[in-house]
Amino acid sequence: MTSLASSSTVLTPTWAPIRGARRLWDRLLGPLALVATLLGLVVLVVLLIDVFRDGWPRLSWQFLTSFPSRKPEEAGILSALVGSLWLISLTALFAFPLGVGAAIYLEEYAPRSRFTEFIEVNIANLAGVPSIIYGLLGLEVFVRFLFPITNGRTILSGALTMTLLVLPMIIIATREALRAVPDSLRQAGLAMGATRWQVVRDLILPQALPGALTGTILALSRAIGETAPLITIGALTYIAYLPPFSLEGLRTPFTVLPIQIFNWVSRPQAGFHQAAAAGIIVLLVVLLSMNAGAIYLRNRFQRRTV
Amino acid sequence: MSVSPLEKPLTTSGWMSTISFAQKRRLRPERFLELFFLACASLSIMTTIGIIGVLIFETIGFFREVPLWNFLTDRQWTPLFAKKEFGILVLISATFLTTVIALCVALPVGLLAAIYMSEYASEKARRVLKPALEVLAGIPTVVYGYFALLFVTPLLQDLLAQFGIKLSGFNSLSAGLVMGIMIIPTVASLSEDAIYAVPRSLREAGYAMGATRREVITGVVLPAALSGITAAFILAVSRAVGETMIVAIAAGQNPRLTLDPTVPVQTMTSFIVQVSLGDTPTGSLAFRTIFAVGMTLFLITFILNVISHAIVKRFREVYE
Repeated sequence: MTSLASSSTVLTPTWAPIRGARRLWDRLLGPLALVATLLGLVVLVVLLIDVFRDGWPRLSWQFLTSFPSRKPEEAGILSALVGSLWLISLTALFAFPLGVGAAIYLEEYAPRSRFTEFIEVNIANLAGVPSIIYGLLGLEVFVRFLFPITNGRTILSGALTMTLLVLPMIIIATREALRAVPDSLRQAGLAMGATRWQVVRDLILPQALPGALTGTILALSRAIGETAPLITIGALTYIAYLPPFSLEGLRTPFTVLPIQIFNWVSRPQAGFHQAAAAGIIVLLVVLLSMNAGAIYLRNRFQRRTV
Repeated sequence: MSVSPLEKPLTTSGWMSTISFAQKRRLRPERFLELFFLACASLSIMTTIGIIGVLIFETIGFFREVPLWNFLTDRQWTPLFAKKEFGILVLISATFLTTVIALCVALPVGLLAAIYMSEYASEKARRVLKPALEVLAGIPTVVYGYFALLFVTPLLQDLLAQFGIKLSGFNSLSAGLVMGIMIIPTVASLSEDAIYAVPRSLREAGYAMGATRREVITGVVLPAALSGITAAFILAVSRAVGETMIVAIAAGQNPRLTLDPTVPVQTMTSFIVQVSLGDTPTGSLAFRTIFAVGMTLFLITFILNVISHAIVKRFREVYE
């Protein structure tokens, strides 16, 4: 570690010899940096152990298939789990085409102009806006202003709010995937007389789609853990029914996993804290499977292009 | 059919002029698609306009009832009581407190982790460590809230009791510490990018001058990567200021003007959560209050983000 430095001290007599404090600091920085790197990971492990120790005994089929209850030992996660799956599917349905469309415009159609640059800066800024602010936007626009369509504090309002929240992430990921497609492919397509859309549809998208999908799944896995914007638009915490599987079902009140967990954590009884820990395990499993899906897609994609 | 100004001039002038009639017919749906894509891209601008518009609209309504001067100078925050006072400083003090505690963890730890990954770790270790750290940023914040309230706080209570310090069940200390853990990856990842971009020749010049490894890192590499590191720090501040669930769960709901980390406080974000959980009628003063608080929050994070982007853009050292 110090061999490089110490051998050169001979050449520069103005330096103090590597002894004492100089040597100590040099020896210390590496291990200190390693400890710092591992600190975060250690906390992560402790967190997981803590959650599993509290929640594992509570996790059961009854917990997964029951509605919330006043009695901690009867409370279940069914409506929150179904609500989360509904919300995330709907968000994907809205956000994927919009995000990919925006990315296609910016990468394949847009001229280099002030306007394009403005959109880009704007997307970067939107990615930095706190999620709770999106909740305020959703509350005013989707819950109040579009009430005739969304019926207020409903799954639809939640999904639309979440769509705006994840769009910047999807756009950024999809643009990267589009940029990775070699330009020669575009030129070849255009030279064959294909229109720009034909080039995009037949040549570019098939190559870029896995990357876009991976980015979308990762963005959605962020969304599934989001709590603040949904609390702001007024998702309920006590839902003792499942939404009917229809368009009308989109216009019913809802709850999601993180909100249910938040509700349980906020209660004083230890029984609810256990339920919260069990709920966290369910949430982490959903998250993990989404991330696994994204990794699977990425690997498949990488193998195909090589 | 005229050449659209929206298309790239280089390619359009080539193929648009020589296409046949049959191809021209094909182009009509193309225009629709292009407009659709343009609309998708414009949605981001509409979102920004929507956010700013909504915040300004409700904030103006708020300031019709509450003078701006009182908002900025009052020392009490009691919008839900009979005797209403709106001193935003109270909420800002709590946000400031939790943010500073979080940064005390995230900045040194994140920076050291970045130094380790780029200067000490092997390429193989780096490829494992970086995504592993990113996992920290992917954990839902409500989980961190649970951890802060039910694990860290009891632990700290036992620990501090030995020094005779009484830690309340809700406090900004554990919320801030856990929040700091959460934003380690933000600091580490972005600083590491900046450090990694410093060319090897600079380091070698340092070694040739007889500097030790530590001296090269702190005397050559870090100054060279300073703009990127600063930008990472500012982004971390912005993340901490806007973080909601950890503070809403673990820091309490008691608005008070204090810098004492052991007592319950209420941040800007947890106030919005508190009001949203209650049954506040839309259009009421309490309803407008969350938008006024949201506006304050938005302005703070927006200014921080702009500064961060500007630093990266202006002070980035470009190396050959």
